[in-house]
Amino acid sequence: MGYDFDFSFLASYAPDLWHGVWLTLGMTFVSIVPGFILGTSVALARLYGGRWLAGAATCYVEAIRNTPLIIQVFWLFFGLSVLQIYIGSFLAAVIALTINVGAYTAEIMRAGFQSIPKGQIEAADCLALGPVQTVVSIQLPQAVERVYPALVSQFVLMMLATSIMSQVSAEELTGVAYMIQSFTFRGFEVYLVIAVIYLAMATLLRLVLMGVAQVSFPRRRRLGTPL
Amino acid sequence: MTFTSPVLSPAAAPIFPAASMVAFRDVRKSFGAFEVLKGIDLDVGAGEVVALIGRSGSGKSTALRCVNGLEAINGGELTVCGRALHQGGTDLRELRKEVGIVFQSYNLFPHLTVEQNVTLAPRKVHRIGAAEARELAAEVLAQVGLSEKAQNYPEQLSGGQQQRVAIARSLAMRPKLMLFDEVTSALDPELTGEVLRTIEGLAASGMTMMLVTHEMAFAKSVADKIVFMHQGRIWETGDGGMLSSPQTAELQQFVGNGL
Ligand SMILES: Nc1ncnc2c1ncn2[C@@H]1O[C@H](COP(=O)(O)OP(=O)(O)OP(=O)(O)O)[C@@H](O)[C@H]1O
Ligand SMILES: [Mg+2]
Repeated sequence: MGYDFDFSFLASYAPDLWHGVWLTLGMTFVSIVPGFILGTSVALARLYGGRWLAGAATCYVEAIRNTPLIIQVFWLFFGLSVLQIYIGSFLAAVIALTINVGAYTAEIMRAGFQSIPKGQIEAADCLALGPVQTVVSIQLPQAVERVYPALVSQFVLMMLATSIMSQVSAEELTGVAYMIQSFTFRGFEVYLVIAVIYLAMATLLRLVLMGVAQVSFPRRRRLGTPL
Repeated sequence: MTFTSPVLSPAAAPIFPAASMVAFRDVRKSFGAFEVLKGIDLDVGAGEVVALIGRSGSGKSTALRCVNGLEAINGGELTVCGRALHQGGTDLRELRKEVGIVFQSYNLFPHLTVEQNVTLAPRKVHRIGAAEARELAAEVLAQVGLSEKAQNYPEQLSGGQQQRVAIARSLAMRPKLMLFDEVTSALDPELTGEVLRTIEGLAASGMTMMLVTHEMAFAKSVADKIVFMHQGRIWETGDGGMLSSPQTAELQQFVGNGL
């Protein structure tokens, strides 16, 4: 074979790698909150929106879940540019990720809302709470708590999916890796290190989301119930 | 379907006595083609405690659920706290600010502490502040004997304690009328006693109540009026004495089996 493994050259690319890491994390964290809000709204629309709103929500969810993310982002980036609408690669990536994760979050949250016993909602009605108050104070906190592990997995998957964003020339981690590899022809070392960096970022994301859970679910904290 | 129950005489029912909190007039309720309430006439005066007894499926829960608008009636007239529910357009939220209900399954909010369960509706609906909410929780939890559990979560409580929290949660809305639907049916005898004592305390404080119960001794001791329902009709009405000297074969059979 005669191949000399060498990782030392990567040190000179450290600034590029850092840049890639920050862009990947940036896209991820910027997309999570709007994606969650969008998904939760769509779940509520499907459950309580009436025929038209629920129908529109269903179309959105099915359209997104049955087309590739890369086509969605190409459409936003290249497709809109044909119409003289230019959004940068970061914005295109964040919008695509938000819309994409929103559709999956909608299905997860819908299951969460449906898992709440009807008796609790009846009890809320009988206490003169309004529908919005019931959703906000009774249904939402419990739904999120019940599906939290599934949400975390979905957000981690979304972070890993940012690796295709180099296709719209966003210099996120995978894009940087490809560039280094093409300069150095050391694909073995480069992609091994990149894989480790993704692993570390995914772990970080899970830790952050678990921290959010600790703050958001005081009952779990008090009673020591694992998620 | 014109026969009427043998003992209840509609002529004896006064037309809307001034202090009447709940007035059923020939109330009918169907689920699809199945008529569950076949003409109910009943008055509940302010401060009165009325117990509904009867076999499974006789329509007790349905009658109770009509009172706070959980079920809409299909015929007759039903007036609750001065609101004519049969006329439609009743604001059910306004009605439910005055009428509390407690179910067999306590339906507490598991993600909230006892204190939060009790104060959620007063804070959201009556918009009371944090300090006032704390005082209110202390007051109603003391009333049901659970002051020391304010910071616990429902899953940390026994069934009887959870049911008493559910009662406190309703009381915190300061209702004029309380409805209880078999609130002890899910509890073993020991825990049943503590819940019944709580309700007796409420009765003594002058609360107007309608309660569905299978506890005959309790119905006899706490109720001013006992209503025996059979096949969607009020079959027999009376005070506690009615249980020891039933007028109808159906009630006789019911108490014979029940005790
Ligand atoms: N939502 C509903 N849809 C259809 N039928 C119903 C509904 N609710 C009640 N019923 C029927 O109406 C009848 C009376 O029910 P209800 O719950 O009022 O009885 P009950 O006297 O409270 O009985 P139990 O002692 O078992 O609680 C029953 O035959 C029941 O099956
Ligand atoms: Mg019942």
